[in-house]
Amino acid sequence: MYGNDFGTPESQQQAAVTGESESFRAVLADDARVEPRDEMPEAYRKTLIRQIAQHAHSEIIGMQPEGNWISRAPSLRRKAILMAKVQDEAGHGLYLYAAAETLGADRADLLDQLHSGRQKYSSIFNYPTLTWADVGAIGWLVDGAAIVNQVPLCRCSYGPYARAMVRVCKEESFHQRQGFEILHHLSQGTPAQKAMAQDAVNRYWWPSLMMFGPPDDDSPNSAQSMAWGIKRFSNDDLRQRFVDMTVLQAEILGLTLPDPEISWNEERGHYDFGDIDFTELFEVIKGHGPCNEQRMAHRVKAHEDGAWVREAAMAHEAKRAARAEGAA
Amino acid sequence: MSTTEWPLWEVFVRSRRGLSHVHAGSLHAPDGEMALRNARDLYTRRQEGVSIWVVRSEDLWASTPDERDSFFDPAIDKIYRHPTFYDVPEGVEHL
Repeated sequence: MYGNDFGTPESQQQAAVTGESESFRAVLADDARVEPRDEMPEAYRKTLIRQIAQHAHSEIIGMQPEGNWISRAPSLRRKAILMAKVQDEAGHGLYLYAAAETLGADRADLLDQLHSGRQKYSSIFNYPTLTWADVGAIGWLVDGAAIVNQVPLCRCSYGPYARAMVRVCKEESFHQRQGFEILHHLSQGTPAQKAMAQDAVNRYWWPSLMMFGPPDDDSPNSAQSMAWGIKRFSNDDLRQRFVDMTVLQAEILGLTLPDPEISWNEERGHYDFGDIDFTELFEVIKGHGPCNEQRMAHRVKAHEDGAWVREAAMAHEAKRAARAEGAA
Repeated sequence: MSTTEWPLWEVFVRSRRGLSHVHAGSLHAPDGEMALRNARDLYTRRQEGVSIWVVRSEDLWASTPDERDSFFDPAIDKIYRHPTFYDVPEGVEHL
């Protein structure tokens, strides 16, 4: 039924809607949760597998920019915190792969799709972490943006995804605070330290705004995802919420957001901000960001280098099972 | 792709003494012992549990949503199982 993608967006939407069973519609109408064994349209299942897998990939790839600083964190305290945070990111990836598997996906296959470039991960992780302050900027801005995105996903219509998000969001708040703390300390330090913090914010501000995706009038799948209760707010609404939160925090940090057009709009009750260069986002997604190749090469190498561990563990279990059988 | 993909396990965590184990999620592991260790690292990094059960996902049997109505309907017409079904005369206490 959904064997091709050559139709117009309208015709695809029509096909998706006609695939909805009574029971599925009733669950959505009640704002209840769809559970793994429930009947669901094939397009809903595919959309979720893609979104959850890409979310999982982002968590796993997201370990790299910060992992880059573990050995050089400026104190034992910072090092312990950063290791705990990177371990959390691995955990978030695993919660999400497990959620995708409840939809019938296979983790090995999803990893394969990541490694061969058929599935994407968040564009933000294709930027380099040049200084220690970047670790702060990632925690404050990147995790801050992720939280704004993820909190509504705790009410996503698909139960296992929503429950994974509850767990993730609880853990994220420490991530954002540790980033804020790093920047706060640097900002109150020597002029060179403050300049380092400002430089990190300058480089991470715009890419963080791009994390919310293309503007609403250029976001082809949004309407269907909203109708299905996968997405609760539009890209632009979430982006605005993030800007509104962040402006005051920047003031307290004593750092400047690199956008001269940021100003309070009394009428809208929101901060206005400058235009985002989305051509950069699309270039990075296409693979032309500063670190795309490096991130993928590292991920593939880690996976391949770990193959013998996975095989040895299985061989050990097979041997143990054979012995148990022999003894019985 | 590796042909030695680790099997899937379901993880149940008891958050504190006196409560039952609750399903937390799933994970891959080569055997039960590793599944327990992985479950500890994945689902109890913040002291969320005092006890963990793991069970191979393929060993779990589940009722099907399609049959939900017929499967559970023996309970529908037995309202006399609830204490509120019975009229209690005025003045009766401790019943």
